[in-house]
Amino acid sequence: MIRTLSEVYAAQLRTSLAVQFQYRASLAIWMIGRVLQPLIYLVVWTTVARARGGDVNGYGEADFAAYYIMQMVVTQATFSWIMWEYDYIIRSGQFNFKLLRPIHPIHADVADNLAYKLLTVVILIPAVFFLAWLFPPTFNPQVWSITAGVFAIVLAFLLRFTIDWTLAMCALWTSRVRAINQTYELTLIFLSGYFAPLAVMPVWIQNIANFLPFRWIIAFPIELTLGRLTPMETLLGFGMQLFWLAVAQVALSLVWRAGVKQYSAVGS
Amino acid sequence: MAEPVIILENLSKTYLVPERDAGVMAAARSLVQRRHREIKAVDRVSFQVDSGEVVGFLGPNGAGKTTTLKMLSGLLHPTAGVGRVLDFEPWQRQRDFLKVITLVMGQRNQLNWDIPASDSFELNRVIYRVPPTQYRETLAELTDLLDLGPLVSKPVRNLSLGERMKCEIAAALLHRPQVLFLDEPTIGLDVTAQRRIREFIREYNHRHNATILLTSHYMADVEALCKRVVVIHHGRILFDGPLTDLVKRFSPHKTIGIEFEHQVEAVDYSTFGAVIEQSDSRVTLRVAKSDTAKVAGRLLAELPVSDLTIEDPPIEEVIEQVFAQEVAP
Repeated sequence: MIRTLSEVYAAQLRTSLAVQFQYRASLAIWMIGRVLQPLIYLVVWTTVARARGGDVNGYGEADFAAYYIMQMVVTQATFSWIMWEYDYIIRSGQFNFKLLRPIHPIHADVADNLAYKLLTVVILIPAVFFLAWLFPPTFNPQVWSITAGVFAIVLAFLLRFTIDWTLAMCALWTSRVRAINQTYELTLIFLSGYFAPLAVMPVWIQNIANFLPFRWIIAFPIELTLGRLTPMETLLGFGMQLFWLAVAQVALSLVWRAGVKQYSAVGS
Repeated sequence: MAEPVIILENLSKTYLVPERDAGVMAAARSLVQRRHREIKAVDRVSFQVDSGEVVGFLGPNGAGKTTTLKMLSGLLHPTAGVGRVLDFEPWQRQRDFLKVITLVMGQRNQLNWDIPASDSFELNRVIYRVPPTQYRETLAELTDLLDLGPLVSKPVRNLSLGERMKCEIAAALLHRPQVLFLDEPTIGLDVTAQRRIREFIREYNHRHNATILLTSHYMADVEALCKRVVVIHHGRILFDGPLTDLVKRFSPHKTIGIEFEHQVEAVDYSTFGAVIEQSDSRVTLRVAKSDTAKVAGRLLAELPVSDLTIEDPPIEEVIEQVFAQEVAP
């Protein structure tokens, strides 16, 4: 079973790469957007830090630079567009073909996402150096925190993809999933540490963020890789990632089963 | 004795469709008070298809054909009834079931537009776990039968509709399914492409003893491929039997064609039957089936006939007659 699955992933990855190669210019434009966003946040927060005498709740200019450079990497590694895609896939009837295959459709979607990530690495690396040149960062990483950070990013990807895919399945019930997607993305941006390090947010927002899955997708891998977490905080973070991953897996399984059952197979 | 491969017993599917009156007020009211209407897309449908049989599944738009095919291929859960395909309950969507069936939907694409069909074929090979030797054999066979040749190496978006459909069919059959659900496989194609696909379906059925349930609005497809037809209308079965019986049962008329030795003038043909076509040397009449012999005798006795043919009306006409009826007689 595992051998079959790895063969399917390899084949799907080849196909997805072939497709992505057709859209090189589009990929580059998307990536420019991805680099611009942290750049905007960096300009804003370094200005705030300067106005406050160089520090906002423990984050100086160079700390913000390091945070947002790492944010760009973590976001690129974990983000998915699957919810927006399924809105169309289901309405257009393309979902039928995914259902007819003797394999769960999520595997093709994961492989597709990974193919995009593989291709955009060549743009991401120079973007990291470009931002580091514009805003010199402070990095204090240790070997253990970087190693753990890589695992945290993998878990964060799995967690976010599982949540996104579960939400994508809402399109099986309603044709108004765009509103749901928008709400979810805004919540994620605000409570994950994407918009700003959670340490600069009010305490009550930090408390809410601790109990939701979002910070374990973005802020945790960033802070861990930058060496800002203690071993205890790291263990807690992994625990929370695994907990939410388990919850998301159960939700996905339930939503998938119920969704397919009531799927009205629109389109022909 | 062939075994039934597809079994439907009182299979039903009811859709719950939201509805409201026209206008802004009705739209506002629907925010708090939603109204739904039940639509019986398929209503207690029962029939069987034996192994190796090619059955035409006919009906006007919205009759319930596609809904039935979607239930049988596992895309839709029925509201009630029993459905079995190769001893599987389709909507359980077990892997072993999905590996032995296929659903081809005309003008819907499973192939990726941006890459050559051969890349999608390879992906299907892995997903369906087709052994490499069998894959090569099947691909060679499909290439030959469908005349795919260089088509498979062009990006799908650069293919014509007919070429694309051939590649779609090849992709759907690479795993050599035993049961084929073909929903309008020739829709939108030109006459040559239609014939090619029709010949291919016949050949595939012969070679692999595949069971085929086919819907088509082109009666040429049905006449060429199906000895048996199942006619559905408003979700109910109106007819199930040989195509020839359909004509006998639903057409109360025959068509008589007459050619004359020389030009005939001032004859009122309406005394013989309804005139369908008339020229100087030829007349086509529609007459009641029971009067056919009598009218033919009169025509031969009273007119200088050089040739006379008696035919059943075109199948399209018969089908129209069937659809005009609400319930089976």
